[in-house]
Amino acid sequence: MKLNNLFKSELKVLNIGLEGFYNDLKQQKTDTVWLNWKPRSSSNKKSMSLLDKLRKK
Amino acid sequence: MEDKILQANQEALQRLQSAQPVLIGLGVAGEDLPDMDKHTILHAGPPVSWENMSGPLQGAVIGGLIYEKLAEDEESARELAASGKIRFDSCHHHQTVGPMAGVVTASMPVWIIENKTFGNKAYCTLNEGLGKVLRFGAFQPEVIEHLNWMEEKLAPVLKQTLELSGEIDLKSMTAQIVQMGDEGHNRNKAGTSLTIRELAPHLVKTDFSDEQKSEVLKFMNSNDHFFLNLSMPAMKATMDPLEGIEYSTIVYTMARNGTEFGIRVSGLGNQWFTAPAEIIDGLYFPGYTMEDANPDIGDSCITETAGIGGFAMATAPAIVQFVGGTPQDAINYTTSMYEITTEESNSYKLPPMNFRGSPTGIDIMKVIESQILPVINTGIAAKLPGVGQVGAGIVHPPMKCFEDAIEAFVEKYVEE
Repeated sequence: MKLNNLFKSELKVLNIGLEGFYNDLKQQKTDTVWLNWKPRSSSNKKSMSLLDKLRKK
Repeated sequence: MEDKILQANQEALQRLQSAQPVLIGLGVAGEDLPDMDKHTILHAGPPVSWENMSGPLQGAVIGGLIYEKLAEDEESARELAASGKIRFDSCHHHQTVGPMAGVVTASMPVWIIENKTFGNKAYCTLNEGLGKVLRFGAFQPEVIEHLNWMEEKLAPVLKQTLELSGEIDLKSMTAQIVQMGDEGHNRNKAGTSLTIRELAPHLVKTDFSDEQKSEVLKFMNSNDHFFLNLSMPAMKATMDPLEGIEYSTIVYTMARNGTEFGIRVSGLGNQWFTAPAEIIDGLYFPGYTMEDANPDIGDSCITETAGIGGFAMATAPAIVQFVGGTPQDAINYTTSMYEITTEESNSYKLPPMNFRGSPTGIDIMKVIESQILPVINTGIAAKLPGVGQVGAGIVHPPMKCFEDAIEAFVEKYVEE
């Protein structure tokens, strides 16, 4: 589908991450689904590897 | 492993959400607290030796020894405290919590709270009010005199009042106060008012003189934190049944002794994970700065552990005038706490969050994964004993507590 045609059709939006975008679209009555996701922090490698051990076993 | 943790945490949250803390009476520490005697002094936070206690905690111990007539003055109290003849222990090891220094001695009157769902009890001293008080490390003669008044005048009136009123449901009261602008830690105006409403009709029927009854009512009315010493043991009674659920990663204690911050995790029993307590970022009273502040102190963050206090800040917008920031900051603090908690409270519903339940059940895995620390709003004690409160603000536990806990959890459950 050409990009211009996409915006002529009814938009169904999946918003991944920041909830603010979802709220704005919802206020504009756009059909939106919000997926609460964010990348894992990479600031603490030792603790993250310990977390992995709890998740894998 | 993940399934076991999930199930264990569901059990932990089921216990937390179904707790029914009720005020059942007023007792005396030496008679009602488990394993308590004249030569034991309890304090806030994880265990700490006399030598390592901060200024306000040492000051409160000195005051406690003078109050118990075990010492005559500061010098003899310091000598006795260092002699090894006094046993120091964490309030939490005796089903007790104490604000700021949290010093509890044998003669002090204590509220008795029972979690009706599980039958466990929790205790807390009565709030002393503001000004020069023991919990901030003051031990001048007027402080001791006030403690004597609480023991001899205040406690007997309240004890008889409670005998007439019967039990008071603190869960229902907490559910009400979070809809009246309190968050149950640093704002207790509504809680104090509701307590007076509950007690007054019975208090006037007690055998004491009109003057004494009036004095007690005036004292409660003059102290907006009167309810704090009910809110704290209510949350302690709520959290204690979570101790020792195998595989659970839920935090059931956060507490500070002015030197260290400590947490305890359900699946790791009564082991403390500690790190140096932090200096609080906040608003200082005129004439004081961060230089005057003691590191974080007190058991009052049991409120945050149970999902109120800083976690429910959105519902107490006026509190930002006391701890700093804007009402939007308060909403942001509460919103961010949903990231590190497991459920929303089924009882403590917050109007500014569209009546969403307060974020409840801190999970160490979520803290590590998100690197978001619990938010605590708290009073700031002066580092010198006897000065008192110098401000209030926001503080977090050190991340090291959670890092050490997750390491111990892996050692216990993965590498065993």
